[in-house]
Amino acid sequence: MQTTSFRTEHLSVFYGQYEAVKNISLNFPEQSVTALIGPSGCGKSTFLRSLNRMNDEISQAKIKGRIWIDGVDINDPSTDVIQLRQKIGMVWQKPNPFYKSIYENIAFGPKYHGIKNKKQLDEIVESSLRKAALWDEVKDRLKQSALSLSGGQQQRLCIARALSVNPRILLLDEPASALDPVSTSKVEELIVELKKELSIVIVTHNMQQAARISDYTAYFYMGTLMEHNETEVIFTNPENAMTQEYISGRFG
Amino acid sequence: MKTMDERPVQVGSARSGRFKKHHAEDLAGRSYTFICVALLIVIIISIVFFVASKGLSTFFRDGVSVSDFLFGSTWDPEGNQGDPVYGVLPFIFGSFATSLLAALIASPLSICASLFMTEIVPGWGKKLLQPVIELLAGIPSVVYGFVGLTVLVPFLRNVFPGQGIGIAAGSLVLSVMILPTITSVATDALSSLPRGLKESSFALGATRWQTISRVILPTVLPSILTGIVLGMARAFGEALAVQMVIGNAPHIPRSLFESASTLTSVITLDMGNTVMGSAHNDALWSMALALMFMTFIFVLLVRLLERRNRI
Amino acid sequence: MKAKLTDKIATFFIVFFALLIVAVLVGLIGFILVRGLGYINWSFLTSPPQTIRAGGGIGPQLFNSLFLLVLTLIITIPLGLGAGIYMAEYAKPGKFTSAIRLVVEVLSSFPSIVIGLFGMLLIVNLLGFGFSLFSGAVVLTIFNLPLMVRITEQAFRSVPKEQKEAGLALGLSKWKIITSVLFPVALPSIVTGTVLASGRVFGEAAALLYTAGMSTPRLDFTDWNPMSPTSPINPFRPAETLAVHIWKINSEGLAPDAAQIAAGASAVLVILVLAFNLFARWIGGVLYKALTASKRMG
Repeated sequence: MQTTSFRTEHLSVFYGQYEAVKNISLNFPEQSVTALIGPSGCGKSTFLRSLNRMNDEISQAKIKGRIWIDGVDINDPSTDVIQLRQKIGMVWQKPNPFYKSIYENIAFGPKYHGIKNKKQLDEIVESSLRKAALWDEVKDRLKQSALSLSGGQQQRLCIARALSVNPRILLLDEPASALDPVSTSKVEELIVELKKELSIVIVTHNMQQAARISDYTAYFYMGTLMEHNETEVIFTNPENAMTQEYISGRFG
Repeated sequence: MKTMDERPVQVGSARSGRFKKHHAEDLAGRSYTFICVALLIVIIISIVFFVASKGLSTFFRDGVSVSDFLFGSTWDPEGNQGDPVYGVLPFIFGSFATSLLAALIASPLSICASLFMTEIVPGWGKKLLQPVIELLAGIPSVVYGFVGLTVLVPFLRNVFPGQGIGIAAGSLVLSVMILPTITSVATDALSSLPRGLKESSFALGATRWQTISRVILPTVLPSILTGIVLGMARAFGEALAVQMVIGNAPHIPRSLFESASTLTSVITLDMGNTVMGSAHNDALWSMALALMFMTFIFVLLVRLLERRNRI
Repeated sequence: MKAKLTDKIATFFIVFFALLIVAVLVGLIGFILVRGLGYINWSFLTSPPQTIRAGGGIGPQLFNSLFLLVLTLIITIPLGLGAGIYMAEYAKPGKFTSAIRLVVEVLSSFPSIVIGLFGMLLIVNLLGFGFSLFSGAVVLTIFNLPLMVRITEQAFRSVPKEQKEAGLALGLSKWKIITSVLFPVALPSIVTGTVLASGRVFGEAAALLYTAGMSTPRLDFTDWNPMSPTSPINPFRPAETLAVHIWKINSEGLAPDAAQIAAGASAVLVILVLAFNLFARWIGGVLYKALTASKRMG
């Protein structure tokens, strides 16, 4: 089994003068789920999006500090970000399948990365969809548009798409917040299953969800990391009074 | 806990043949699109350069003074009454008169049309008028000229003194042509108004017209003015439709129903009948330069209005 | 009471003027069709015009207009897409970008006659292409380019940004994302916009008077060698388009039936522009459906 190390070191993110993420050092252990929690605007999504440098495309965000993946600093100017992003899969709040067929949604990434063999592609499509627990539902209609799927199916398709290029890390930005309860529990089961193979970082607003699926929890407030520990500790015996208040739903 | 082995990243090494493909691709794409943009800049610079260099030779090579050119009211480029005279005031007058009158006719109609679509009957009003406006915008200018010549000119001739041709005919044709421009800008502005604005006025017991005239129209006034300037710019630069109905006489008319000319109509007609490099031909280029200059003014006005609108 | 009366009167006038505009359009199109349709038949659409005698047609002009449109689109589409993509995907807010925006705005506001004169000076005379379809196509490209850039930019901007992010997260290059992820989504609105812009190009005349020219050589429709001077597909021959022809016969038509020919030609032109409008709507809808719900996709 391939091992991957992933951590941030004094990571800060600036929007102009505004410091959205302040000096955060966080380690994401392998084969585990780390949940990022905190009130809206606390910087947890910005932090997540800076982990694969999604912010440099979108805005004028400036990043300070380091993000280490297997000994390579993602923020180093000499690092090939495009290539590195292959190692870091991402799934968003709203399902965003490509406007392509179900098959093509999965096969698109591997094809670009050089796999031309049809049989090999078929295998990747099947195994990715199986891992995302979607294969049985869509195997007879792979040629149909991905937009014909239900919201929950689309989100699992997006997870399958992320898995298709064999990432080591999976970033999930509130992946179940737009889904119905049944789809949500499917996605949660999936996350627990997937952590056997990769490290997962998930942003969530749902405390029960964080408690159910994560091994570690990091509590963010105003861009600062207030507390980081094993989930059990955070939810039963937090060191910080604010963490306690947030978790028990008193604010946020 | 797991060991932190900081091995160098392995990605890509398995398929080293394609290692830098994505960089090459990105560079090619970025360069290609940039070349397209650069071409736009080259085009505009060369248009300005060529038109200006031809247009300025009237003053520098042919020795016509700028004030005689702009404010002279006699246009006799072939020197039928002695020395050639290049006064283009009649054409400048014609261009301004037709486009101002066109804007004067079209603006109230356009504002009514956009109020009809957004305030009076937002449902079917939009369904009815939107395609009408789009079709009016789509009809080619020569067709407007043709209809103007076969319907409007005879009508004006029967109703008013004169030949029917002239500033009035030109303005009427142009007003229909710029209706779509003003209407679509005004409609966009009206439909992007916040809902609360209207409702608070109705809540105070104001009638619909009071709301429109005291609240809505003052709010969207800068946008409507933008639309009017855009419409005037189009009217000012329109050549064939005006040329077909205005009569093409080179003097300032004494009435709206007397033959006249515009900058564009003179350029259209004379460019084919003069020799490149002659003073007469250069004078036509100077008029083109004047048209270009007016374009800059119109763009500047639109920018100023938009800036005011934003605040 | 007075306020209510004013309100009624104002509403009446607004409705009246709005309906007046509808009446103007109906009258315009009705007039053109009533005047022109009777004159349109197969021989009118295919035979060459007559200078002095009656019975001329608009065959070569119709062909020229269509061929010139095709040539124009061949030049415009790659350039317009490129510049539009740059504006939507690469341009960063700043002085350079606002300068380009100003350039596009000014270029789209230039009177078409000025662009035509520029084409005459540079393409026709200095570069020596003469009055030709090619010169006309270059000028129409300049005329059409700002619109194409806007259409493309808007189409790309309206693609949800999550599509781009999904591509980035898969490790795709930006260019690959633009061409394979964003472009298919933007395509329906680009096609609709291009077809609508084509209608505008099709009816343009002022820019062509001194570039594509006001005459057409005798064409031999059996000669398909693009280098032959009588070949219809030779891009370096002069070509009077339908719109230019309408202008010419109205201002200097000598044939006894000039008025009818102008009416017939105008009707053909208007019908084609209407067809462009309807086609644009239809094709946009069809493409959008194909994109989102079709059963067979690659």
